Amino acid sequence: MSILIDEHTKVLVQGITGRDGAFHAGQMIEYGTNVVGGVTPGKGGQEKHGKPVFNSVQEAKDAVGVDATVIYVPAKFAKAAVQEAIDAEVPLIVCITEGIPVNDMVSLYHQVREKGLKMIGPNCPGLINPGKSKIGIMPGSICIPGKVGVISRSGTLTYEIVHALTGLGIGQSTCVGIGGDPIVGSGFTDILAEFEQDPETEAVVLIGEIGGDEEEKTAAYIKENVDTPCFAYIVGSSAPEGKRMGHAGAIVSGSGGTAASKQAAFRDAGVPVADSIDQMAELVADRFGKG
Amino acid sequence: MNIHEYQSKTLFREAGIPVPEGSLALSVREAVSAYESLGGGTVAVKAQVHTGGRGKAGGVKLAHSAEEVEQAAEAILGMDIKGHTVRRLWIEQGSDIQREAYLSVILDRSDKSIGFIASSEGGMEIEQVAEDTPEKILRFGSTDYTFPEDEARKAAGELFGGEGADGVLDVMRKLFTLFVEKDLQLAEVNPLVLTGDGKVVALDGKIMVDDNALMRQTDLEKLRDEKEENPAEIEAREKGLAFIQLDGDIGCMVNGAGLAMATMDMIHMHGGSPANFLDVGGSSNPEKVVHAFRLILAGGKVKAVLINIFGGITRCDDIATGILKAFETMDIDVPVVVRLTGTNAEEGRALLKDSDLIPAATFAEAVKKTIALGKGENA
Repeated sequence: MSILIDEHTKVLVQGITGRDGAFHAGQMIEYGTNVVGGVTPGKGGQEKHGKPVFNSVQEAKDAVGVDATVIYVPAKFAKAAVQEAIDAEVPLIVCITEGIPVNDMVSLYHQVREKGLKMIGPNCPGLINPGKSKIGIMPGSICIPGKVGVISRSGTLTYEIVHALTGLGIGQSTCVGIGGDPIVGSGFTDILAEFEQDPETEAVVLIGEIGGDEEEKTAAYIKENVDTPCFAYIVGSSAPEGKRMGHAGAIVSGSGGTAASKQAAFRDAGVPVADSIDQMAELVADRFGKG
Repeated sequence: MNIHEYQSKTLFREAGIPVPEGSLALSVREAVSAYESLGGGTVAVKAQVHTGGRGKAGGVKLAHSAEEVEQAAEAILGMDIKGHTVRRLWIEQGSDIQREAYLSVILDRSDKSIGFIASSEGGMEIEQVAEDTPEKILRFGSTDYTFPEDEARKAAGELFGGEGADGVLDVMRKLFTLFVEKDLQLAEVNPLVLTGDGKVVALDGKIMVDDNALMRQTDLEKLRDEKEENPAEIEAREKGLAFIQLDGDIGCMVNGAGLAMATMDMIHMHGGSPANFLDVGGSSNPEKVVHAFRLILAGGKVKAVLINIFGGITRCDDIATGILKAFETMDIDVPVVVRLTGTNAEEGRALLKDSDLIPAATFAEAVKKTIALGKGENA
């Protein structure tokens, strides 16, 4: 079992003829993802990696059926690409694109929910169900199948924790990079709710960072709704106030969004808080044993 | 990106929001002629810097004559306010203030909306009002870019106890439109004032622009004041690197924003102090590595450099090649510790074996080694 995707999920690639889209579509196919085609307006009828290219998401959906779409188009066109996927009612929309104007996400976020769809990202590495399917840019080679769910705002830190867990023989059920922007389609709580329903996920590791109040809300949510053991790690405790630390969302403003406040919230919810990636992997190993 | 108060007010004026008459001055002489062009009377001489607390620091003075303007301008120009040197003054006609209120439009991360914050308590920091008298803060918003008419009308009626409600509503509507059209992150009016003749005027203005939107807000990019920014950070932006200058002496070159923050945290945890935040991205392009080294070493304060790379899609051996190429083109006279993990890490480490780079097997080991070498100890 896993959440959100499995080896049967039919995946469409928006931007499949672009440099990044083409490369990662190839990587996904190689990993075993069921890529059914791609979209590039004006290039319908062509083929890429042996898969059909369509002019629009709707056209692709009608022709081959689509369960999920992954978006690699440049930031300028990303809003329109997400809107197209929403209009075609693709159940899972994964947006990898970095640098989307933040206000663009306001309406997209609410439309996705009103239509009962799900969205991951933007500015995220996507998700992977080890050994079965991956959507996005995560390196498949570092993952092994198992029982720990991973949710992270940062791409490289997702890889770090997966690498550390794998190194201890601890496999992962699904790893989800939710993205580093101020507004993302799915937050920690959305993904946690999925893991809570998944009988094969026995623990969840959460990697948060400074900025916003998502981690504080997540801690409160865990206290009320989550039985699956969780572990947390927050980065950015040494970041200066008012500076955007690479991710558009990673900024401490006034007393809000600090690492200390997030760590305290998790501790208060009974969630062990690690002070490094390695320590987090060890906490999981201590609780569940090495693989 | 932040812009100055006078630039914010120019945008307000263009959007139809009433602001006091004013004029920019870059020197004492210009301040005096600005005063005369405003027709004399009472003016405010206001420091233009990208930081709050100008009033408290003495960066805002009232003046009633050319002599007083001259004295105020002399005192304020060149003043240091929280590390920002005052280079620009805004000379503004005085207003007959009857009441003060607070109004802002923000990107509300929590509600995923474009949100209004309004309060009858104006002129002080809104964070303080939120703490002391949270009941005096009104919040409402929009999730589809349409102006929240009904809630705005209700709030407008409360700001000045019912007076000037039409004027407040008009400002709210225009501020909202400005926010949406210009892709802002914050449009704050504090205080919004009611004048003796019943007008509603934006007496101060603070605007933050979404950096991600500058690609389509090219007019706003022109408002950037590079003197308000760190020169290394400007260069980094031009080279496509996310870089922030810090106070310490351990240089950091990392791929990924999250890992870059984690590296800074880890340096702190082991008693060191990072000199910078730097995300080189997933690229193994040697050019980028060279630029990154230049930025890190520019100030001359850095005693050791830590390169912390997680190879995902990007392979570690490619990155190692990039680092070696960078070393061939530059003179680097501080110790450089490299930790490579992930895809093809062993191949990457093998490539660096005969170089001057100091390898480290784990994140923690790399941090400890770099700090020790920075102190001149043997790692």
